[in-house]
Amino acid sequence: MIRQFTESEFLFILASARWTLLLTVMAMLLGGLLGFLVALARTSHLAPLRVLAAGWIGLIQGVPVLMLLFLSYYGLSLAGFDLPPLIAATVSMALYASGYLGEIWRGSIQAVPWQQWEASSALAFSRPQQYRYIILPQAVRIAIPPTVGFLVQLVKNTSIVSIIGVVELARAGNLVNNATFQPFKVFGTVAAIYFIICWPISLLARRLEGRLHARRAG
Amino acid sequence: MPVVQVEDVHKRFGAVEVLKGIDLTVERGEVIAIIGRSGSGKSTLLRCINGLEQIQSGRIEVSGHVIDASGKGLRDLRKDVGIVFQSYNLFPHLRVGENIMLAPRVVLGVSKAEALSRARETLAEVGLAERFDAWPDNLSGGQQQRVAIARSLAMRPKVMLFDEVTSALDPELTGEVLATMERLAEHGMTMLLVTHEMAFARRVATTTVFMHQGRVWEMGPSERIFGSPQTPELRQFLGSGLK
Amino acid sequence: MGFQFQFQPVLARTDVLLDGLWLTLQLSGIGILFGALLGILLAMLRGLAGRPVRLLVDSYVEVVRNTPFLVQLLIIFFGVPTLGIRLSAEQAALSAIVLNLGAYATEIVRAGIESVHKSQIEAGLSLAMTRWQVFRHVVLAPALARVWPALSSQFVLMMLSTSVCSFISVQELSAQAANIESDTFRSFEVYILVTLIYLALAILLRLLLAGLGAVLFPTGSGLGRLRGQTGR
Repeated sequence: MIRQFTESEFLFILASARWTLLLTVMAMLLGGLLGFLVALARTSHLAPLRVLAAGWIGLIQGVPVLMLLFLSYYGLSLAGFDLPPLIAATVSMALYASGYLGEIWRGSIQAVPWQQWEASSALAFSRPQQYRYIILPQAVRIAIPPTVGFLVQLVKNTSIVSIIGVVELARAGNLVNNATFQPFKVFGTVAAIYFIICWPISLLARRLEGRLHARRAG
Repeated sequence: MPVVQVEDVHKRFGAVEVLKGIDLTVERGEVIAIIGRSGSGKSTLLRCINGLEQIQSGRIEVSGHVIDASGKGLRDLRKDVGIVFQSYNLFPHLRVGENIMLAPRVVLGVSKAEALSRARETLAEVGLAERFDAWPDNLSGGQQQRVAIARSLAMRPKVMLFDEVTSALDPELTGEVLATMERLAEHGMTMLLVTHEMAFARRVATTTVFMHQGRVWEMGPSERIFGSPQTPELRQFLGSGLK
Repeated sequence: MGFQFQFQPVLARTDVLLDGLWLTLQLSGIGILFGALLGILLAMLRGLAGRPVRLLVDSYVEVVRNTPFLVQLLIIFFGVPTLGIRLSAEQAALSAIVLNLGAYATEIVRAGIESVHKSQIEAGLSLAMTRWQVFRHVVLAPALARVWPALSSQFVLMMLSTSVCSFISVQELSAQAANIESDTFRSFEVYILVTLIYLALAILLRLLLAGLGAVLFPTGSGLGRLRGQTGR
């Protein structure tokens, strides 16, 4: 039986956005944590750590997010965990984020002029102290615009977890479309909600970037 | 018939009037130097003659092509007017030879063989025949500027404009560029140059124009302009500029 | 842990994987070619045409960049046939790929065009070139050379994203992986193998694009200083 696309269908789709947002936030936190470690390892003075981190970044950026999702999904269940799909989804998104954030933050750390290392070494700072007091505070300012920009990629990529049954925005759209068969209305609505989430973040990222450039130039 | 004729040209940038009624005539084979403080409008005048800046009123005629406030017919005019900039502006993605051949090929539509021979000829004229296949970035500033001159010459212009072409160069590199320009002058090229090289202007230019506050303040044979300046402004300019 | 890897059942289906790989290569190759062309075209149009066109192009770019590829794919796959246009899954996938990449490429090429300094344009104009000639000979090549690394990254991302086309049952590499998975139940092995294939593809594509860049834009050390060559 074909249903109409009414308010209740719309509200169903809208409500599903909470899973998109939740997934994004969790992936950002977990992936951020892991990505931070990757960035530190990537800029470490220990060569094996650097190689390992570079390998991780190359791997994550060289495979489809969909594959990370399947590997997380089947890998976790093979390891004996009987977990809801949302966990596998979160894990895969966090892995994905760690590879990209790790690379973004590596770049930010390395964008701090090397004289800052030299100057702080001359003041007898230890390596952790250099990171804590000299390098990271400067790197953070450089890192914020691209990090915000990556958030948009993350929001959009959460859509693929619909394939393992998490009813987030894209999946909700699919369900409603199967019932109503009004693809333009349904997916148009879904797209609009994504756009309303993503566009302000994009604009923010662009503005932050502009401000950073202006400050650096001046 | 004069090659360049500038009549009562006015040019404003917003509220600021940079050219306040310029009259200037350049005869065939003449070399005219324009001197003056920065902000006197001398570079703007040169850019107007090439149509890179639009004039608000007045009239500029270059070998039969007229520019007025409407800005029509620019391309035909530019075929006859070469301009060399302070910052060379070579095309970085093209080799030296290609830089020179591009405009004759796409603008004048000459054959590849013809463009090639023009490029070789003009490169030889600026003394860089052996750098045909070099990338612009691998040349010194002075060499880049000479290539820029060759690039303009390949269009066989009736008049060449030089806009402070040695100002961006290290002092030891200005000599080769000035020598190139002097040779052009000897070969009879009609030239109009904005310059800070007073000794060069005095020696090479037939006429020197002193611009001040958007006007032609004083002009005449270079020997007289530099030898016995009439106005206090020019005397002061030469006194401070010619150390 | 009682699990033992068994790759034999998966490797026995190599022919199926190769079929999928071939389709992935086709989708990526054609998609990248036309997506890039669309991007260059729109970036050009945006630069030369007036305000309404610019607004239109910008809207397209923003909408595509701020919605998921999957949703774009679903709109085309389910939506276009309701307009009475018959569209195979592969055609829908290819259209989505071209439209998606086209938007990113437009944005990247636009940035490249804007990075070419005004003095370069003046030099072209002063040689009596038309605006179009200046654009084609003076602006476009350095602009593309400058953004080639960014474009290349986007191409690789697009190649990886073709996996999403399995959602509308396009039988490319990841869809074939799912087929093998449901036949053999060796899920983890299948996806490890296919992940490695994608990784190899990504590495090869990067190398290919780097080589292509060196051939297309052989400018010596020139372009790094494009912005520097400005005078004062």
